[in-house]
Amino acid sequence: MNATSRYQVSIEADPSVPIIRMTRDFDATPAQLMRAHTDPELFARWVGPNGMETKILDWDATTGGRWRYVASRDGEEYGFHGCFHEVGDERIVQTFTYDGQPDGVALETLRFEDLGDGRTRLHAQSLTDSFEARDQWLASGMETGVEEGYAKLDTLVAEL
Amino acid sequence: MVDDQLSRVFAALADPTRRDIVARLAVSDATVGELAEPYDVSIQAVSKHIKVLADAGLVSQTRDAQRRPCHLEAEVFDLMTKWIERYRQQAQERYERLDVVLAEMRDGEQPIQTRHHQQGAAS
Repeated sequence: MNATSRYQVSIEADPSVPIIRMTRDFDATPAQLMRAHTDPELFARWVGPNGMETKILDWDATTGGRWRYVASRDGEEYGFHGCFHEVGDERIVQTFTYDGQPDGVALETLRFEDLGDGRTRLHAQSLTDSFEARDQWLASGMETGVEEGYAKLDTLVAEL
Repeated sequence: MVDDQLSRVFAALADPTRRDIVARLAVSDATVGELAEPYDVSIQAVSKHIKVLADAGLVSQTRDAQRRPCHLEAEVFDLMTKWIERYRQQAQERYERLDVVLAEMRDGEQPIQTRHHQQGAAS
């Protein structure tokens, strides 16, 4: 039995505040999940989209520390940076900025809920600074399909 | 332009009364007067809400003699759902990569594990 895909991400875009919430279960302890989020070598292995290489440029996963990394594919680079506002035992609070939109900043809260028996539920919340930013975030993702999505929306808007 | 459209959709839905109106229109078309009935607000106030929803492309008003019922444009919601679903799938891919990393971490920690958890043994 392949255990890697039996947990699905659930996602919610709050209609009243510009927040994206996600939850996902893992076969891991909160401490292991924390390590996978704070150890730069481990983090770089899973954070980037498929087919992209993540290079950590700056990393101090402690309260008050900062981070910066670049995701690249075929010579194209996408940079991200932020600060670790709080790195607790079962919680990370950090800021997140995409270098392509340097004026924008999101506040991310990650919480690792111990479900017992070696399982943990990740609660990830991203508070963006406007609905526009949140919607762009939802609509983006650097992978193919974004242009396709815009084309579809163009068609739809034209029909309205 | 495109961003403006989507932003208007989200902004229109940021108001609880408008969300309520959308929920009612999801069941069936209704006139402004019918929509105003359950609220302690004037028809003019509901008209303003309908205008915001119409500007966002969420609601249309047909010219049906005197009635002018409001109609929910469901495909706008379908589009939003698709965008959110694609975002979800990307997150799912990311977390499946994390699953792999965590599995390797578990293997590395095997000697200090206090108990062995046999998974899927019964299947």
